[in-house]
Amino acid sequence: MYRIDFNKLRFLICDDNPHMRRILRTLLHSFGAREAYESEDGATALEMYTHYVPDIVITDWAMPIFDGLELAQMIRQPDSKGNPYAPIIMLTGHSDKRRVTVARDAGVTEFLAKPISAKGLYQRILNVVANPRPFIKTKTYFGPDRRRNTNNAYIGPERRIGGEMEVMQQPSLLDKARSSV
Amino acid sequence: MAKEKPGKLEVTSFADHHVITQPNPLRKVLLRVPESDLDDPVGRAEKALAGLSGEFKNWMAIEADRLSAAHAAILRSGFTDDAREELFRAAHDIKGDAATFGFPSAGAAAESLCRIIEHAPDLDQVPSDLIRHHINAIQAIVRERTKLDTAATAGVLSRSLRGITDEFLTHANRDRPEHLEAILAPSIIPVE
Repeated sequence: MYRIDFNKLRFLICDDNPHMRRILRTLLHSFGAREAYESEDGATALEMYTHYVPDIVITDWAMPIFDGLELAQMIRQPDSKGNPYAPIIMLTGHSDKRRVTVARDAGVTEFLAKPISAKGLYQRILNVVANPRPFIKTKTYFGPDRRRNTNNAYIGPERRIGGEMEVMQQPSLLDKARSSV
Repeated sequence: MAKEKPGKLEVTSFADHHVITQPNPLRKVLLRVPESDLDDPVGRAEKALAGLSGEFKNWMAIEADRLSAAHAAILRSGFTDDAREELFRAAHDIKGDAATFGFPSAGAAAESLCRIIEHAPDLDQVPSDLIRHHINAIQAIVRERTKLDTAATAGVLSRSLRGITDEFLTHANRDRPEHLEAILAPSIIPVE
């Protein structure tokens, strides 16, 4: 069994709502974290990110001027001087699937829909600590691998090309239907 | 903090993408503990959150007042970009926080209001009563919580607002399939 040594982790919290920041700080301190820096907007968070070099970023989405999505995109700059690989947990009131996809495509590592719970937050942190995913860099994306697992039932072309993986051979739906008869 | 030295990156290149792996920089914070380990960080955090609960009613009242102030600004000056944004953020914060603060029905009503702001083709064409009823419902749920029959009434109220909102939005977006899809899509949060 594994446990996280929270007092060795440095967090950056970004949320414009002071009540939510207080809740997050309370939860992280209860887990055992000692270092949790806070910002109330994305621009300040980006400055703090460069200055404090946090291990994990927890950010809200909807914030004035410079939101959590933009913060994620700014952190995920492969050629930046800062660390573009830090795990980003997006904690948000948005709860539709389309938003999850948009956050994922901005390089967010984990998505946690509010209302917040101690268990939900702990599980996301455990996941980024214990199961980091490789990063993928394409012309249009830089961030954690968006494929969390292999889907053997996937039907369709392989969208990533290159080397021997250029085309993933998949039986057609018709072949599948025939073989199941 | 946990990663004093960045791990060496290993890059595997393909025709249109690179796969970048590095030794887990946070591996050092993972501690192997015996199954008998009694430490319960989640339980500890839940207790700490319960310790904050004495402040939740006050926090909720502050959030509801912020929403009312944003609505009052719209009644004075109309749906300017800033006013719309502030109304949305105030409602969105309540949507996210209210259940944690013990006001799940206020969160549901705020979600319904967020949907109007996000999906109405023209906010000036939304019946002003529809928005006003949402604001009043949230205020009522927050202010009247101590009464015994409030929880059931609040649930009925928020469900009723959501039903009317969905009916309005479905009709208003009948020619906007991308909005219609978003309106009809299920939430990723399980229904209680």
